Amino acid sequence: MTEKMVILRVNNLSKSFGDSTILNSVSIELAKGEIKVLIGPSGGGKSTLLQCINCLVVPDAGEIELDNARIQFTRKQDIYRLRQQVGMIFQDFNLFDHLTALDNITIALRKVKKMPKKEAEKRARLELEQVGLGDKETLYPAQLSGGQKQRVAIARALAMDPKILLLDEPTSALDPTLIGEVISVIKGLAVKGMTMIMATHQISLIYNLADEILFMENGRIVEQGPPAALLAAGNKSKSQGFCDRLNELSEVEG
Amino acid sequence: MELSPFYQELFVSLNRGLVMSIALIVPSAVGGVLIGIVAGAIRTYGNRYLKTIADCYAAVFRGTPLVIQLFVLYFGLPNIGIYLTPYVAAVLGFTFCSGAYQSEYVRGALLSIKSGQYLGGQALGFTTFQTIVWIIIPQAVRRAIHGCGNEIIYLIKYSSLAFIVTCIELTGEGKTIATEYFRFTEVFGIIGLYYLGLVSLAIIILKKIEQRLFIPGFGHH
Repeated sequence: MTEKMVILRVNNLSKSFGDSTILNSVSIELAKGEIKVLIGPSGGGKSTLLQCINCLVVPDAGEIELDNARIQFTRKQDIYRLRQQVGMIFQDFNLFDHLTALDNITIALRKVKKMPKKEAEKRARLELEQVGLGDKETLYPAQLSGGQKQRVAIARALAMDPKILLLDEPTSALDPTLIGEVISVIKGLAVKGMTMIMATHQISLIYNLADEILFMENGRIVEQGPPAALLAAGNKSKSQGFCDRLNELSEVEG
Repeated sequence: MELSPFYQELFVSLNRGLVMSIALIVPSAVGGVLIGIVAGAIRTYGNRYLKTIADCYAAVFRGTPLVIQLFVLYFGLPNIGIYLTPYVAAVLGFTFCSGAYQSEYVRGALLSIKSGQYLGGQALGFTTFQTIVWIIIPQAVRRAIHGCGNEIIYLIKYSSLAFIVTCIELTGEGKTIATEYFRFTEVFGIIGLYYLGLVSLAIIILKKIEQRLFIPGFGHH
């Protein structure tokens, strides 16, 4: 484990809104190719942590280091560079409603990466193929299903060549019949070695993908470890209890 | 069929007035929309100082009668050494007045864009300015177009106030003839039809723009 290449270091990140502390001194170390899964009750700070990591929410205190370069939260250039290298997938997709699937991807390549139009379109088509939507490039978000929207959002994030992908409950807004297509895209990313931090309640993602589970509660990471240890039979961990409940739920649904 | 001297003179005058009205309306409408977009964006996203200035502008021009604004521009400004021609005074008055109302439609449209659209842009590394220009404004335009069109239709009709600062357009020309022949009903009836024609034309153009800008998910489903 000593030779692993740390790509992201988060030290003692804190964030409060008014009187309520949402993140309380959270630290994470992420190695290249590693997948960490955030679980825990709603309001535990999972979303805020992810949004703080790419400075969509600027942390009150703490440090973020990407590739050993410290991010100055007061320097806009630092923040824009960080966001270009850290992709974000939202629960409710946040595709640009006025652009086609293809243009949703090309606009960032052209405006942020200053890529020529032709090249951007070529790259965007490639990414759409990868998520199985090569034939949907001319459709607008309103014409796509939830699962298709989330796959376009993933293609859009990947086209920027991010070093890390943050996923904030990528399947939670989806109809149960559409979850499968998004899960298989995310599993495909894992196979290719994408570095990810993912908040999810999807039991198959937790069991199959996580190198490490982080259990968050009240703005802190209260448990962490590989699923094999945390979820071992007979273990009385909070993560175990939480996953048992998720399992029961999926059995009821299934 | 030969028209009577009254009608011959009337239509010659009204057509001349129509040209002047169009010359007043087109730049005022375009200028009003542009000012509306800038002022609306500042009132929504600007820093405290710019926002205060833009808010005051909208409050003054929405809060005082257009006639008073025209009087100040044409009869008041010469007191401080600024002399405007009737045409320039009228266009300026209409543009500022229209811009103030447009800014309110634009502001409403900008506020109606879900915050997720902004977050989506930010997460990809867009600067705040790029997010507003490339993501928020193109969507807001589509939401504002109905209100802005309404204001342009209103502008077509209040352009008739230009004649009180001696810029003789459609209404002014008609009024001269009506007084000369003392035939108010016919003259103002026909002027009404001219305005109806102008407004109908504007509605058709606005509809075309709306269709061009149509995107699934905006407007009707």
